[in-house]
Amino acid sequence: MAGAAPTPSPEAGGSDATYARLRRPLLAPTWTVIGVFLLLPVLLMVVYSFLTKEFRGGVEWDFTLAAYDQFFVTRGLFGDEPAQIEWTYITIFWRSIWQAGLATFLCLLIGFPTAWFIATRPEASRPIWLFLITIPYWVNLLIRTVSLRFILRDQGPMNDALIGLGVISQPLEILNTNLAVQLGLFYSYLPFMVLPIYAAVERYNFALSEAAADLGANRWRALFEVVLPVVRPGIVAGCILVFVPALGAFLAPDLLGGAKTFMIGSLIDEQFRGSQGNWPFGAAVSVILMTLVLIVLMIQARAAARAGQ
Amino acid sequence: MQTAISIRQAVKRYGPITALHGVSMDIADNEFFTLLGPSGCGKTTLLRMLAGFEDVTEGEIHLFGERIASLPPEKRPVNTVFQQYALFPHLTVLENVAFGLKMKGVPLSDRNARAGKMLELVHLSGFADRKPSQLSGGQQQRVALARALAPQPKVLLLDEPLSALDLKLRQAMRVELKLLQEETGITFIFVTHDQEEALAMSDRIAVMSSGQVQQIGTPREIYEAPVNRFVADFIGETNLIEVDVDTVTDGQATVTLPGGHTVVCAAASNNSGRHALSIRPERVAITDHAPDLQATVERVIYLGTDLHLITRLDGGEPFSLRLQNASRVALPEPGARIGLKLEEGAARLLAD
Repeated sequence: MAGAAPTPSPEAGGSDATYARLRRPLLAPTWTVIGVFLLLPVLLMVVYSFLTKEFRGGVEWDFTLAAYDQFFVTRGLFGDEPAQIEWTYITIFWRSIWQAGLATFLCLLIGFPTAWFIATRPEASRPIWLFLITIPYWVNLLIRTVSLRFILRDQGPMNDALIGLGVISQPLEILNTNLAVQLGLFYSYLPFMVLPIYAAVERYNFALSEAAADLGANRWRALFEVVLPVVRPGIVAGCILVFVPALGAFLAPDLLGGAKTFMIGSLIDEQFRGSQGNWPFGAAVSVILMTLVLIVLMIQARAAARAGQ
Repeated sequence: MQTAISIRQAVKRYGPITALHGVSMDIADNEFFTLLGPSGCGKTTLLRMLAGFEDVTEGEIHLFGERIASLPPEKRPVNTVFQQYALFPHLTVLENVAFGLKMKGVPLSDRNARAGKMLELVHLSGFADRKPSQLSGGQQQRVALARALAPQPKVLLLDEPLSALDLKLRQAMRVELKLLQEETGITFIFVTHDQEEALAMSDRIAVMSSGQVQQIGTPREIYEAPVNRFVADFIGETNLIEVDVDTVTDGQATVTLPGGHTVVCAAASNNSGRHALSIRPERVAITDHAPDLQATVERVIYLGTDLHLITRLDGGEPFSLRLQNASRVALPEPGARIGLKLEEGAARLLAD
């Protein structure tokens, strides 16, 4: 095989030895970053989830499964009833998955045509379009979400405009509903869908679409049989980049939603605030969330490996 | 013979630029027809108009009597072999070949059987489950052929399909393409800028330049009876000499060569005056007796089967000769003066 690595010649032996000697020190920065910023925090989180809650927040080093028990099991208000499944947190998880999934779907629905549009502009004007997409994201997510609050409220510009145009007579009560949270999520993560799809479409060979048409595929069949499968990696990347952060989002549900729109992110956030917090419980919810995300990523990776064969 | 494709006054404009200036031609059923010309001559535009990727600005295209100029590509019973193959990277070789049948609604087992037969035809039976990226360029080319032939098109369009292959493979594919065309009985329309390719495979060739058809004919007609300067120069090698036409009637002209000798030759038009005379380098012999032209040898290039002589006529025009290396003739030395004798029918007077 032409691509196989050449066997080292005796003369090259010296540099091979140098490589072996320097390998560890040269890789040290990488391992440090991975260790300090990735493995250590995750480990801390896992350990904390098995500790006991201290009265004023914080933890006591007393290993217990209490946090997970609190998440999945209820024994009534006073803890004296037979154990039953606790639905409160599972419902929050289910709502989060549903909201994040819907946001992903909407981002895909709007993001794909947007990415397609940009990628099919003349090469010189594409950076301008991408620039325009990213401009709003120069502003901090918190500020953008707060702004959305003002736009959506009953006397906000959106309702004023709709009433002014005669579309509605009473202001729409969007704020503090799931719809507001959904709008917030969709708006926050849209560029994460547009950019990877753009990258995939830009590399797409449009002769493939011609070939599909030539072989009798109309526009829709060409889209579903050729275009979408070929740019699939970009679509999958975009969906993951939207779904994962949307699942753990807490700004949008916090600022745009109300009590009935609680999501995982807000739940975790609450556990680490002030003296009412419950650190082990917050850590346990995080571990469960992370496990969920890992499962999604593993399913995706396996599907990609199968498709790549 | 039945006409497969009839093109009438086809014009293509891109804004202010005209790519095709009223092209007309008839292509017979079961014909291997080549559109030949340099890049930018409009041959690919014409092919894409036949496929349906470009609309026709003016004019008509009929396929077996049916108007197709307004049909989208997916409704036309023609298939294309693309220059860079455009194989679907996410599908296996078999799925690629079966794609056209799938679009026609042929059931899975049936279309796989037919696609398998097509792969057999292009000698790729063992590669059905590979992805296109796992094939060599030549193999991808065959897959592209099989894919385009599988839906049994009435006409197969080939857009410089051999240009991405190396020379050896290209020469082998020429023979195979011609055989494939004879086996399938499908009309092939082949686009190329390679005149050797065109001569080797085609039943007829349309030589194009600047968005116009210069000449349509069999390879032999194109080579031996070019109508104008462009065709004579583009196909093969030729010597073009400006001559005065003395008399011309019914395609026969008497012309005066530089040096004063007169010869009778075939003429592409009945115009008198000053015109270009085309003389093929291999149709000239060296002689001492009554030469038609006198020249001085400038350079002798030894090519094994051939000798290539670069000479200069007494009038100053460059003139090249190709002599067969069959007889052990003494090689003329550079600087030697030689007499040249035109063989019967070697010269042809061009229209312009």
